[in-house]
Amino acid sequence: MKAIHYLRCFVGITAREWRRFLNQRGRFFSALVRPLVWLAIFAAGFHFVLGVSIIPPYETYIPYDVYIAPGLIAMVLLFNGMLISLSMVYDREMGSMRILMVSPLPRWFLLTAKLLAGVVLSVIQAYAFLAIALLWDIIPPWYGYITVLPALILAGLMMGALGLLLSSAIRQLENFASVMNFVIFPMFFASSALYPLWHVKEASLLLYYVCQANPFTHAVELIRFALYARLEPVSAVVLVAATAIFLTLAVYGYDPAKGLMQRRAAD
Amino acid sequence: MTVHPALSIEGLGHRFGPRRVLNNVSFSVMPGDFTVLLGLNGAGKTTLFSLATRLYVQREGMIRIFGMDIRERASECLQRIGVVFQQPTLDLDLTVEQNLFYHASLHGLSHRNAAERGAVEIERVGLADQRRDKVRQLSGGQRRRVEIARCLLHRPRLLLLDEPTVGLDIASRQFMLDRTRRLCREEGIAALWATHLIDEVGEGARVVVLHKGEVRAVGEAGQLLGETRTPSMRAAFETLVQEREAA
Repeated sequence: MKAIHYLRCFVGITAREWRRFLNQRGRFFSALVRPLVWLAIFAAGFHFVLGVSIIPPYETYIPYDVYIAPGLIAMVLLFNGMLISLSMVYDREMGSMRILMVSPLPRWFLLTAKLLAGVVLSVIQAYAFLAIALLWDIIPPWYGYITVLPALILAGLMMGALGLLLSSAIRQLENFASVMNFVIFPMFFASSALYPLWHVKEASLLLYYVCQANPFTHAVELIRFALYARLEPVSAVVLVAATAIFLTLAVYGYDPAKGLMQRRAAD
Repeated sequence: MTVHPALSIEGLGHRFGPRRVLNNVSFSVMPGDFTVLLGLNGAGKTTLFSLATRLYVQREGMIRIFGMDIRERASECLQRIGVVFQQPTLDLDLTVEQNLFYHASLHGLSHRNAAERGAVEIERVGLADQRRDKVRQLSGGQRRRVEIARCLLHRPRLLLLDEPTVGLDIASRQFMLDRTRRLCREEGIAALWATHLIDEVGEGARVVVLHKGEVRAVGEAGQLLGETRTPSMRAAFETLVQEREAA
């Protein structure tokens, strides 16, 4: 297999994800409505409750809805990551996963192609959210829309890789509901998405460490800084490492010699 | 020049935990052969297909595709295999054409190549008018036809068909059988056709009888009738699967 075969395969996988995405327009709207509900209702309600002091990258006091915007962008990416997972589990239940798995191209490539195809969709939805957020006066500097792109890609990759990993472990579609309880909610709430970590530290030192260890926190912070053309190096390193670990484990999970596919068949 | 078997299985075994599902399975399929893998439900046919397509990795025995060890040269082996799985594998929300393009891309085919080959194959299975229909709108028989058209897109030399006629009406079953036999006869493609339906063993077909994970007999249908001294394939099959249990 030559490079051109890999490229065609990647284009084919991406095209299929796009077609499915376009067939499910509700998915696009719900991906946007979810963070907008948080922005319009939660942020409005907590506007005067949660005070935000001057913390980097902000150079002045900021309204609470400006503070939570990066967290809500990361939420869009997180739900899309879980949709990659859901799509893999659905494919396995419907049988179409087998067609992917008997491709002569290596599985690490097939999984990475699936991941990248999902990340493209995630990034588009994140920008759509940023566009609508203008209505709430969430206006980063113009260059922030460009500098945030690598952060969106890296955060999208991390959450998509986590989704792939989960899909290799989830036995059937019905079990997917538990992902909401045990992955999405804990990741989102135990992070800096809704409140600055110094607030958390005052309330509970243990929770502060949990938030620090949560890769979602680093996704939020990377996006927050990138919107102001600043790099948060620790967050970038954590995200690269987490992506590498999640993807490696996912490839392991889908490996016929080592992973979970045979164990699943045994049940 | 040595002609390698399209599929060669030697001493293949597999277990799921403590449960042994295949035990010392050996047989081969030569280019141009139409071989029926005959066995009741639970005989181990699907596990054998999963091993031969590398969905599972074999730990006991050897699987060779045109002389190549599937563990060492998986990519080259999979390029030569076309599969129709027992479970439907089409994406119901895509059109027939889109399903074909997707499969072609997974094998590295160009869009143009896929369009040309797809048009020919879809015409051959009589679904040219439905090529822009969503698969969800097709009947069970039509979906199976799409699957056989799809598995030929990358010009495989070995077809693995796992119970491809389950749930189909008589006409669709006959179509699938005729189409596959013609591919073997006219294009020299090897086919391993797994089924539990004895009447799918036609005249001249090679038969591998698999029962409880073990090969009970390998040979041409007529030869098996002679060996078991029975008048029909059904009687021969019953004799073969009962023989060792009685012993």
